[in-house]
Amino acid sequence: MSAARVGIVTFPGTLDDQDAARAVRLAGAEAVPLWHADHDLKGVDAVFLPGGFSYGDYLRCGAISRFSPLMTELIPAAKAGLPVLGTCNGFQILCEAHLLPGALTRNEGLHYICRDQLIRVENTRTAWTSDFTDGQEILLPIKHGEGRYVADAATLAELESTGRVVFRYAGSNPNGSLNDIAGITNEAGNIVGLMPHPEHAVEELTGAPSVDGRHFFTSILKRLVNA
Amino acid sequence: MTLDTVRRAQETPDERQPYAELGMKDDEYQRVRDILGRRPTSSELAIYSVMWSEHCSYKSSKVHLRQFGTKAPKSEALLVGMGENAGVVDIGDGWAATFKIESHNHPSYVEPHQGAATGVGGIVRDIMSMGARPIAVMDSLRFGGADQPDTRRVLPGVVEGISHYGNCLGLPNIGGEVVFDPCYIGNPLVNALCVGLLRKDQIKLATAPGPGNKVVLFGARTGADGIGGASVLASATFEDESHAKRPAVQVGDPFMEKLLIECCLELYQADVVVGIQDLGAAGVSCATTELAAKGTGGMEVNLNLVPLRDPTLRPEEILMSESQERMMAVVKPDDIPAFMAICEKWDVPATVIGEVTDTGRLVMTWDGEVIVDIPPGTAADEGPVYERPFHEPAGQAALNADGPERLPRPTDLRETLLTLLGSPNLGSKEWVTSQYDRYVRGNTVLAQPADAGMLRISEVMPGAQETTRGIALATDGNGRYAKLDPYTGAQLALAEAYRNVAVTGAKPLAVTNCLNFGSPEDPEVMWQFSEAVRGLADACRTLGVPVTGGNVSFYNQTGSTAINPTPVVGVLGVIDNVAQRVRSGFTTPGLRVLLLGETREEFGGSEWAHVIHGHLGGLPPRADLEAERALATVLTEAAARGLLEGSHDLSDGGLAIALAEACLAQGVGCTVTLPGDDAFVALFSESAARALVCVRPEAFDAVADLCARHEVPCYGLGLTGGAALTVEGVLEVPVEELREVHSSALPRVFG
Repeated sequence: MSAARVGIVTFPGTLDDQDAARAVRLAGAEAVPLWHADHDLKGVDAVFLPGGFSYGDYLRCGAISRFSPLMTELIPAAKAGLPVLGTCNGFQILCEAHLLPGALTRNEGLHYICRDQLIRVENTRTAWTSDFTDGQEILLPIKHGEGRYVADAATLAELESTGRVVFRYAGSNPNGSLNDIAGITNEAGNIVGLMPHPEHAVEELTGAPSVDGRHFFTSILKRLVNA
Repeated sequence: MTLDTVRRAQETPDERQPYAELGMKDDEYQRVRDILGRRPTSSELAIYSVMWSEHCSYKSSKVHLRQFGTKAPKSEALLVGMGENAGVVDIGDGWAATFKIESHNHPSYVEPHQGAATGVGGIVRDIMSMGARPIAVMDSLRFGGADQPDTRRVLPGVVEGISHYGNCLGLPNIGGEVVFDPCYIGNPLVNALCVGLLRKDQIKLATAPGPGNKVVLFGARTGADGIGGASVLASATFEDESHAKRPAVQVGDPFMEKLLIECCLELYQADVVVGIQDLGAAGVSCATTELAAKGTGGMEVNLNLVPLRDPTLRPEEILMSESQERMMAVVKPDDIPAFMAICEKWDVPATVIGEVTDTGRLVMTWDGEVIVDIPPGTAADEGPVYERPFHEPAGQAALNADGPERLPRPTDLRETLLTLLGSPNLGSKEWVTSQYDRYVRGNTVLAQPADAGMLRISEVMPGAQETTRGIALATDGNGRYAKLDPYTGAQLALAEAYRNVAVTGAKPLAVTNCLNFGSPEDPEVMWQFSEAVRGLADACRTLGVPVTGGNVSFYNQTGSTAINPTPVVGVLGVIDNVAQRVRSGFTTPGLRVLLLGETREEFGGSEWAHVIHGHLGGLPPRADLEAERALATVLTEAAARGLLEGSHDLSDGGLAIALAEACLAQGVGCTVTLPGDDAFVALFSESAARALVCVRPEAFDAVADLCARHEVPCYGLGLTGGAALTVEGVLEVPVEELREVHSSALPRVFG
């Protein structure tokens, strides 16, 4: 059986693509580079939208990226069930593309924050979280200036009542996110967006003092193998 | 407006020119006339004035800086030394590292956010122009007193500027310094370091050989920003008209710089670049004269072809503009299509603006008329050189005589520890460093608050060899020590950075420096400078680590009051197996705590004298370089043999602060007994060449043997464990209380 193929998207200004590819490879999958200007998903089994400042994040984080040629392919594929993970800027892009509801706004404290953050896993039924246990507390780095999750009351109520809040900040809320939300999923559970960075928590030697991020990639691999 | 052409210059020899306003002295202007055999055109005057400014020409420092070459130790690792955009060091397995530190002090005072941001941008382009991928940055920052109102304006802006620019570039910020002292009010120091990685056989140089080769300007368009920035801002002392100079600060676009990085790397891989130079201070003037001078010797440029953001710019302004995110490359005509295609892929504008010639002249045209016709070397390399007079400052002897011996010693050492630990200089810098991305690219092994930053060498680069190696970097400097004795102060800065690299297990290899001083026209400042350079050059020779490059920043003074002389030294080291890096501080309970090195009673310039008594006098600690070298040998050997579980260097605040920080690193306490009979000296003296290590009990004998072999004193202090820092018979502080005091130092001031 050939290895599962996970696409790593690079926009101009994407920064964590090298890390994302490494995390995917460490989990045993093949990392396939996807270029923003191509109308081509290269037949990948899943897609990872890594962090950065795509197109300089001018106008609004993720606002320009959603119109890129690659996204015009990715949006319908994701709606049709292709597993997609967006972290940080990737999460912002998923929201701008309306694949996930709500928006990420300026941190409450107005500063960019880089720190190791405790996160609680609230939903283990998504394509990217099945290897966690419900309520598990994990340590992942956050590093963002605009990570405060906001949505209207009806959307929040729906996210909560349908169990679509996947991750919540445990301990102190770093950015003022409503309901301490760190990550959410779509109704089908194939698209997950979060502000923390699992790709920076996969090795003992580097990154955060944790390897909890590995489970994102083992989760998706199991899903792809069993599919 | 009349175009001042070469012909017109010949016809109007007596036209008065504003050379003095551009910072040129009478004799410098006369020299330009002698070189050209006529008066310069206004464009030529623009070129000479910026190229001969202190900032670009090093005219006051050159005669002293030569010692870094003449006294340089033999080093097989040095691939490219001083004189290029940055030095390059062989780090093994076919890899090379290039690194450099540079100041952006004056712009950061005028406009903290943009000043600091473009400081990062500038040093990153220096590293790119060597053919390398930039892989990390560090910042060495100095501000006025934390409680002084202007510090609350400058510091948040500087940190935000570094944060925004560096984070958007995707470069981890792995360390540096934040220091407060009232001497820097009005003259903050923003020294930015960048390190890059390349294959040893892919070094690029700033040179324009081969007549017929094309000169390509690529990156951002040229605007009015920073016109005269380098010469006006860096060569003139601040009075109170700084607001009038605001337009001289450059504005940065990190997104464009990120595209430039990726674009350059692809250009290098496609092998379509003959020579390359970044555009920094003095912009097009600097890039064209330097490239031409180091190449075949001639170049023709059509300035009308420079893409402009502001179409009203005059040629003189284009030549002086310091618009950011621009590079200049020399490209073979056949490679131009491939070069342009790569630039297009990355949305980087690129324009052929000229051609290399063998005429020995740099010729520029505007609207078809010749406006520049000079021998490029006269602007780039043959600027004025000054033997500035210097003498020991009038008050130096009195300052040295006013030693700390007269200061009353504390009775409550617990209180002294907590006061120091919560002071801005020794408190946690997390308020600053949490605004920097330290994880991006996934190779960060150690970052703040570790003694040195460390990176794994793992880059996707075609043809590169797999390696287990890593590099470590640290910057240090102590203006108070240097004020008391600039010769020793500079050596102590090197010694500390060298030691900080060694405590991680890496072997120190090479040095970069940023020399921050007051006005070179003041003989007392010039004495400080000459002593510091002499001290640093001597110390580099003794420690066997060559200076690979750096930067001098003069005129850091307000009125006649100069900053403390502040040589900042960066050291790069290599660890053969990065997995054997030594973590910072106490890692687990049950380890033996050892103090390596000798403690003397040394309080001149110490944090204790500064924080408790506001005193600066006497002499700094002794710089015992042989002891430093022996200590580093012990540390690196012990690390390579896997004998060390944790380590930490002793510096500001002495053993007391080192113990507290070691406890805070992982929240592991310790119980120790002090050597000697004076607890105050044992805890707070700042003797150099010391480190704290913790080892498994069974490794103790091996470490002690190693120390004995290298004649490094080794004292067993006690054991790690528990929830408190306990110094038997002296003090006990719960780790949580240490953390509270340490972590609140900066938030208390900056929110």
